[in-house]
This record gives sequence, C-alpha cells and structure tokens, in this order.
Amino acid sequence: MSNSLTPRLLLLSAIALLLFEYPLLSLADKNALLGELPLLYVYSFSVWLLLIVLTALLIRRKKDRIP
Amino acid sequence: MNFKPKVLLVDDEPNILTAIEFLLEREGFVISKAYNGLEALEIADATIPDLIVLDVMMPGMDGFEVARHLRQNSKLDDTKIIFLTAKGAEQDRKNGYANGGEYYLIKPFDNDFFVSTIHEIMAYG
Amino acid sequence: MSLGVVLLCALLYVGILFATAWRVDALAKQGKSRLMRNPYVYSLSLAVYCTAWTYYGSVGRASASGLSFLAIYLGPAIIAPLWYFLLRKMIVISKNQRINSIADFISARYGKSGHLATLVTIIALFGVIPYISIQLKAVSFSIDVLTEHQYPYFKPDAPLLADATFWVMLAMAVFTMLFGARKLDPNERHEGLIAAVAFESLVKLIAFWVVGLFVIYGLYNGLGDLFTQAAANPETARLFSLSGAGVSPTSWTMYMLLSALAIMLLPRQFHVAVVENTHPRQVNTAMWLFPLYLLLINFLVLPIALAGKMILGSSAPSDTYVLTLPIHEHLHILSLIVFIGGFSAATSMVIVSSTAISIMVSNHLVLPMLIRLKLIGQETTPRGASTLLDVRRVSILGVLMLALLFLKSIGGSYDLVSVGLISFTAVAQFAPSALFGMYWRRGTRKGAIAGLWIGFLIWAYCLPAAAIAEAGFLSQSFITDGPWGISSLRPYHLFGMEGMDNISHAAFWSLLLNTGAFLIVSLYTQPSALELTQANIFVNIHRYVAGEEYDVVKRAAKISDLHRVMGRFLDPSHVSAIFSNFEKENKIKLDQQKNAEPELINYAETQLAGIIGASSARLAIGSVAKEENITLEEVMQVLEQTREVLRYSKALEQKSSELETTTRQLIAANEQLKALDRLKADFITTVTHELRTPVTSIKALSKILLDYRAELPEEKLQSYLNILVSESERISRLINQVLDIEKIESGTDEYLPTEPFSLDEIVRTTAGGMAQLFRERSIEFTSNIPEETLEVAGNRDRIVQVVVNLLSNALKFCDAREGRVSLSLQKAGSEAVLRVADNGKGIPPEQHVHIFDKFTQLNSKTEGKPQGTGLGLYITRKIVEHHGGSIKVMSAVGAGATFEVRLPIYPSNT
Repeated sequence: MSNSLTPRLLLLSAIALLLFEYPLLSLADKNALLGELPLLYVYSFSVWLLLIVLTALLIRRKKDRIP
Repeated sequence: MNFKPKVLLVDDEPNILTAIEFLLEREGFVISKAYNGLEALEIADATIPDLIVLDVMMPGMDGFEVARHLRQNSKLDDTKIIFLTAKGAEQDRKNGYANGGEYYLIKPFDNDFFVSTIHEIMAYG
Repeated sequence: MSLGVVLLCALLYVGILFATAWRVDALAKQGKSRLMRNPYVYSLSLAVYCTAWTYYGSVGRASASGLSFLAIYLGPAIIAPLWYFLLRKMIVISKNQRINSIADFISARYGKSGHLATLVTIIALFGVIPYISIQLKAVSFSIDVLTEHQYPYFKPDAPLLADATFWVMLAMAVFTMLFGARKLDPNERHEGLIAAVAFESLVKLIAFWVVGLFVIYGLYNGLGDLFTQAAANPETARLFSLSGAGVSPTSWTMYMLLSALAIMLLPRQFHVAVVENTHPRQVNTAMWLFPLYLLLINFLVLPIALAGKMILGSSAPSDTYVLTLPIHEHLHILSLIVFIGGFSAATSMVIVSSTAISIMVSNHLVLPMLIRLKLIGQETTPRGASTLLDVRRVSILGVLMLALLFLKSIGGSYDLVSVGLISFTAVAQFAPSALFGMYWRRGTRKGAIAGLWIGFLIWAYCLPAAAIAEAGFLSQSFITDGPWGISSLRPYHLFGMEGMDNISHAAFWSLLLNTGAFLIVSLYTQPSALELTQANIFVNIHRYVAGEEYDVVKRAAKISDLHRVMGRFLDPSHVSAIFSNFEKENKIKLDQQKNAEPELINYAETQLAGIIGASSARLAIGSVAKEENITLEEVMQVLEQTREVLRYSKALEQKSSELETTTRQLIAANEQLKALDRLKADFITTVTHELRTPVTSIKALSKILLDYRAELPEEKLQSYLNILVSESERISRLINQVLDIEKIESGTDEYLPTEPFSLDEIVRTTAGGMAQLFRERSIEFTSNIPEETLEVAGNRDRIVQVVVNLLSNALKFCDAREGRVSLSLQKAGSEAVLRVADNGKGIPPEQHVHIFDKFTQLNSKTEGKPQGTGLGLYITRKIVEHHGGSIKVMSAVGAGATFEVRLPIYPSNT
C-alpha cells in the first residue's frame, strides 16, 4: 500500500465522517431555511455530492494499478 | 522527543555489515551488529531492536533458525525481521516468510532501494 | 384497480426479468457477454442494497423523524472511498481462495473452520429471514393498497394458498432457482441474475423519481413551494432538522456505523460486491457511482414524506405514501409504475439474498451433515453434482418459506425499517472477525468463535427475544423488569444503560463485547499451522497475487483416491478437466505418478471449494488425504522423495520378484541421475552465493564512495578502499578456481601423455619459494626432501598447484602465535608420499572426508568463517586423483593436521 492514493482516500473519508457527525453536524441541524429549502437538507446533500465528486476525481486521475 | 529506531544487523561477512552500518547510521538508526546466530539472539534479547536485518547462510545456526527463535521471544513481538541473503530461490523466499520474516531482500542490493525499503517497513510494517 | 390488472403487470414485469436473465445467460455461455465486466453494471448491482425498505420505508421514516433515514445511506457513502483498499483486498483474497460467501470468507481466514462457517451461516439466517419477510410484506401490502383493500385475504392471517403473498414468493423462488442455482460454477457467477438485478436497480430509481417529480410539480409548484408550505405547519416544519424530529445523536452515529458495516457484510452485498465481481478495478467506479445512486434515490424522500403528511395525514399509513399519493389523485398508470418500482426493489433483494443464503446453507449446514452421515460423497450414493444443485434449490425454497412463515406469525406487526435494522445488527457481528482478519495476523479461530458467539447471543437477547416478548409470547415483565426481576438484565437496558434506542443499544453492547472477546481470546490462544498459513495469505495477499504461490500444508493422498472423491461431487468430465488443467499449468504428467503432490491436493481442494465451500471441501478431501503438520525442516524435501521411492519399490516387491531387480536398478539409476543433477544444481547455487557475497560488499561500498565521498573521514575512506581491493581479489580467486574445476572435470585439462618429471625437484623449488612467506609471519617451517630422484608422470603445473595449495592451507590454519609447519617427501614402495603437517587446531574426524568436497569449509561457531572459497582442497584432490594418486588427512582436534598425498612413481610397474 505504498500508494499515495490510499492516505488521500482515508483523509477524504475521515473528513466526510467529521462533517456528518456531531458536533459539527449540529451547526447545520437547525430548523432554518436556506432560501426556500431546509438548511440541513441542503447541507447534507451538498456535502454528500462533494464527497462523491472528490472521490471520483481522485480515482479518475490515478491510472489504475492492481493492488 | 527524538526517537531513534534500533536496528540489529546480523551477517557473518563483516564487510557487508560495514556497508549497511554506514547506510543506516546515516539515516539516523542506532546500530548493533552480530556475526552469528547465537550472538544475534543474545543482543536482540538484551536491546529489543525495532528491526533485525538477518543473513540466512551463516555458520552454526542459519538465519531461518535464528528467526524462529526470535519469533518465540514474546519481548520481540513488535520487532520486524528482514532477510537479506544471497539465496534467491522461490523456496527460500517462502521459507523466509514461513519463518516470520516481514520482507526478503536479495544480495546484492541497491543502496537506495535498501534504505527506502527499510523506511517503508518501519512505517507500515 | 382490479386485482387482475395488478397481477398481470407484476407477471409482465417478471417476464421481462426472465427474458433479460435468459438472454444474458445465453450470451455469457457463448462467452459473448461483456456485461459482467462493465463497472456500471457492477455499481448498479450493488444497489440491491436499496430494498423495499428504502422504497417505501424511508418515506415512512421521514414522515416520523425527518432526515434520520439518511444515516443508513451516509454510512456506505462515507466508507466507500475506503473500498479502494478494503473491498479490493476482500475481492483479491476471495478470488485467490475461491471464496463464495461471507461465511466462507470468515471460515477460510481462520483455518477453514467448519464451526465458524456454520455459525456465520446461522447468524446470517437469523438476520436475513425476517429481512426477506418484510420484502414479501411490502409486495403484499402494495397490492393491497393498489386494489383499495377489496381483497381481504391479503392479510397475515389469511390461509396460505389464498394469500397472494404465497404466490409472489413462489414466483420469486422459481426465478431464483432458475438463475441462482442453475449450474455448478466454481466461480459462483450468475450473469443473468446480475443483469436482472442491475436492471431492477434502474427501474426502482426511475419509478421513484417519476413519483417524486409528480409530487413536486403535479401537487406543488416546485420544491421551494413544497418546503414553504411545509414550513408553515409546525407538525411538518419540525421534520426539517434532526433535533426537531427528536433523533438522538447516538442513534444517528450507530446507524451510520451499522450501515457502513452492512454494505460489505450483508450476505447479498458480499455476493454482488465480491463473489460476482469480475475484476477488482470495477470497485474504482463503484466507489463514486454507488454513493451517487444512493444520493439520487434519497433526494426526493423528504419532499414526498412532507407532501404525504400534508395531503394525506394519518388517513394512510406513512409507509405507503409513495403509493397512496398517486392513488389519491386517481392516477392509475402512475400508481402502477410506483408499484412496479417497489416490486423491483423487493424482488431484487429477495433473489440475491436467497441465492447468497442458499449457497451458505447448502455448503455449510447441509453438506457437512450429509458428508458426516455418509449420505453423499460415498461410492454407493448418487453423484454429488445433481444432489448439490438439488440441495441449493431446496435451500432457496426453504429460506423463502421460512420468511413467509415468519411474516405470517410475528413479522406482520413490524415496520420495514426496524426489521431491516435488526438484520443489520446481526450481520454487523461479522465485522471484527472479517475486518481484523484481513489486517491482523494474530487473530485466531478461537477468538473469532468467541466474538461471534457473544455478539450473536447478545443480539438475540436484546432484539429478537425482546421482540418475542413484546409480541406477547413471553411475559411483559421480561422487558420492563428483566428476567427474574434482575433489572440490570433488561433486554433494552442491559447493565442499566439508558438513553439509547433499542437498536443502538443492542448494536453497542453486541459489537463492543464481540470485538473485545475476539481480541482478548485471540491474544491468549495459539493458532494452528493451517490457521497461520491462512492468516498469512489473508493479511499479506499482495505477496501472493503477483503470481507467487502460497505455502501449502503438506498432505499426502493417492491420486486415484482424489479422483474418486472429486467424482462424487462433480461429473467425470469436470474432474478430468480439473486434473488436466493442473497438468498443463505445472507441465507434468499425472498418470506417471501414484501419489498426489501436496500442490495437487490443494489445487483439487480449491476447485472443489468453489462449488461446495472451503470447509466442506476440506472435509471431503480430508477423508482421503492424510495431513502432516508443517515441519519447519521441510527444506529437506529430498529426503521425502527418497522415502517415497522406497515405499514405491516396496510395493512392487510384493507384486513380482522378477520385476523387483529391474525396478531397483531403474530406481538406482534414476536416483543416481537425480543425485548428479542435484550436485550440479548445488554447485551452481553455491558458486552464485560465493560470488554474490563479495559482489554485495563491492556494490554497496563503491556506491557509498560515489555518493558520500565528501562526508567520509579519511580513515573510513581508506578502509572502504581496502575492502574493495580484498573483495575483488576474492572474486578473481574464485573465478580462477571455478575455471580450474571446469577444466579438470570436463577433461580438457592435459595430464597424459607427458614427459615424466622429478617430483622432488618440484617440491624443493616450491617449498623454497614459499619459505619467504612463512618467515614473514614468523612461522617455523621445516622440510625433509630426499636426495634421490622420484619421477612422476602428468601435468607439471598442476602438481605445483597441489604443493602450493597444501602449503598455503597449512599457512592459514597453523597456530596463530607459535606456528609450525613441516613438509616431507619419501618413497614408499611404488609410491611417492608427500606430507604437510601443521600445528593448528585440527579437524574433527567426522569432517575428514567432507573437507575434500566442493565448498566445504571448516566452520566454527566461535571464530567465524575462515577466508577462502572452499574450493582449494577439492581441486587438489581432483588433480591427485587424475594422476592416479590419493589424498587423505590425519588429524585430531587440537593436535594439528597432516595431509598426505600419494602419487605413483614413474614407471609405475617396473
């Protein structure tokens, strides 16, 4: 696993966990609206989408090597 | 705190030890040396090194046997063992892993590769 | 809507599934299907994770507790980036070991333990049957809702044959039996099934979006409008946040953890993600595409739930909002589409789950029993192949029947989400042994068994047992006061734990104690040899996939026995194919051998394991193969071979005395050839080693000089250069001697005919030349050479070499402080006798013969290795022998050594 991709993916996963876990989650967990949409709804789906995009970018940039 | 990993080098060829000692000392490892298996077991038990670089073909006790004895010493559970040997056959390599080695390097080696392998093993195991 | 229309639609849909699966299977059979290699199909097949629970249950959940359902999908999304090494490693291990279920995986890791395989299978059964039953329930209530409750028999208490749920279940069973247990394939690949599942994933996503868009744009003016209206009502507005909806942070965290584990450990997820995987690279795409799928299918859940709550309120169960909303608007086509979406979500889960579970049940529960009871795998029983498929099919039907029975007895009262989560908690018990097993070599079988049992029992106590009590089968006080009134044993408040929901509570305790037991028991127990081998393969799989073979446990069996055992499970052509494959891969002919190599036994076992699972295969092969423990001295394989030959010849002895002699001669000749071969190989190995040692020093030190010259102090520089010179000399010495040997052995060296020459003169000159060396080292050197002429015939230079070799040997080995060496030459009959004696530490008697062999050096533990190549005395002996003479040594430890060379005097006979 001397692959530089592994630590990056670990970091990404850890950040995602941090953002979806208390106490950070409580910052978005309010009965407030962002424009017309609930704050938590916007927060969770945009962070989620960002996670997907970053994973895809990381994995796509890397020419695949068999582990 | 400045943590210096301890390495024990075991080989009956003093000239090879001289070269490895220089390379690893440069990288900040603390080196001890043994010229045969019995000596290696004594020093390992006394100093509990983080890593042991072990030759296989030695007079008296060979490297595989030394590794087996080392693996029975519970003090050395966290110690990593690398075989460094001129025996390059597939069967030897298997024996190396079967006897508790973490890695199997073949002589002659490339200095830079050797040093980076040691670093990698110290970091990831 | 009439029942006929609904059933017709369902039937049509199943027809499409059949057609898809059939077509893909047919293509795959011709090797034309590339579908399985497509990473998008792979990612879609992973979406079998989204069941009717997702499709109907999420909306129900959302209408009660807002976005709390998201935890179940965020868990997998957060862990997905780690698949790059986690899931891929799992896949590589499984392909290497021919693992075909999660039970197989865990059992194989811990020494192919049958106990573990059975235990995992049972836990999976307990976890999965209720889960399947809620899928059946979802289908039956969706039909019930769609037909507007006109048919009262869609109820849990309706008679079996009158209940459409039964017929739905039967249709699913038929489909699964057809495509999930169609043929015996060691790779356990089901192209058609996977194609159908991937297709279903698309259907459920599209259907869900259709109803979602209808709600947002048909019933409201877009998402903003919907949320604005919801915000106006405090009953719906509270669902906007987790805290408002009353979701505890602990539950949120535990659900994320459970789902992150379930996504890899649920039998059906393991099946699609690992067993059906065709290349680890597919995971790369799934790492982002599968979370994207989850995001899409969850995106519209909250809006639909809010709409349902505002429009329907409590007039319809919230689990059915997806369906009741279009019905409420009298949109028949739309509600049919929704129904098909939910139907597809349920069917895909049921099909894959029952396939995966049936593999486990047949391989780890039924087969071991049949083998033990000798009902299969014996001469007298029918061949295993068809029996195996029958066992699979019966297992599928059995599992589905059990699910239906569960539904009709107690499952009816449970909502979709709770049953799903109970199931997640059960399979999460596999996590410690499976995940630690891939990275921690020290984990033992006993540790895994202890952890799994404890986790399973706590799970069973805190969830199903309590549920049974709740359903009224046990006294209510069991829950409120604990058994026998012991309040610290209350199933929902174990050890007095408060403030957690039932699932989180059970998950916390079971996983904590499971992991703890696994770690502690592992540390205090010793793994067996086989466990160690397997642990090594699992943890260090990267060492084996690059083409390196793995260590084999030594076993012995007759090839014919092996053939017979395999034949009991597979049809003969298959068995022959396996054996000829092995021949091809290893370039050997098996019909010339009687006994199977350990490699062949392992190969056979792995092939069989692909069909009946690792532990069953081990049991079957074990009936003919006797296992030897791994001896660490296995390097002595040569010895083994000799014994094998002896045994072989003994067997022949009994058969015919005539053949005996011939055989023995043949064996002897063969052995001789083999011995010669070995000698040659040994020689090359040793020379290579002897060359490598100085080359290593030279290479490393010269590179050091090149790279770090500037930082080297003068004395180090000097000493490194000295080493370079002496090691180079060592190499040239070795090369010269190897060349000498080559000449002597190949006979290109010249000996005869040559002029006779006088030996005494040669000895005198050589001794004189060496005297200087002795003086330099203050060694006392005496020589006694007669005046008379002793003539010998042969190669003059070689004889000089003999004298030099003997003298320099003596120089090297005589006493370090008061060295004495003496040389004498005399005539004894027709021979000239040359003796060289030293006063060194001597040679032990058992070495007297060996020191004249190639590369024999006298090693002592205290003084390290003497200098030299180990070839000098060998060359000396060869030269002397070529001259018709002989050489020997006389010595005792501590009393010095005397080498004696006898050469025939010329002319020898006169």
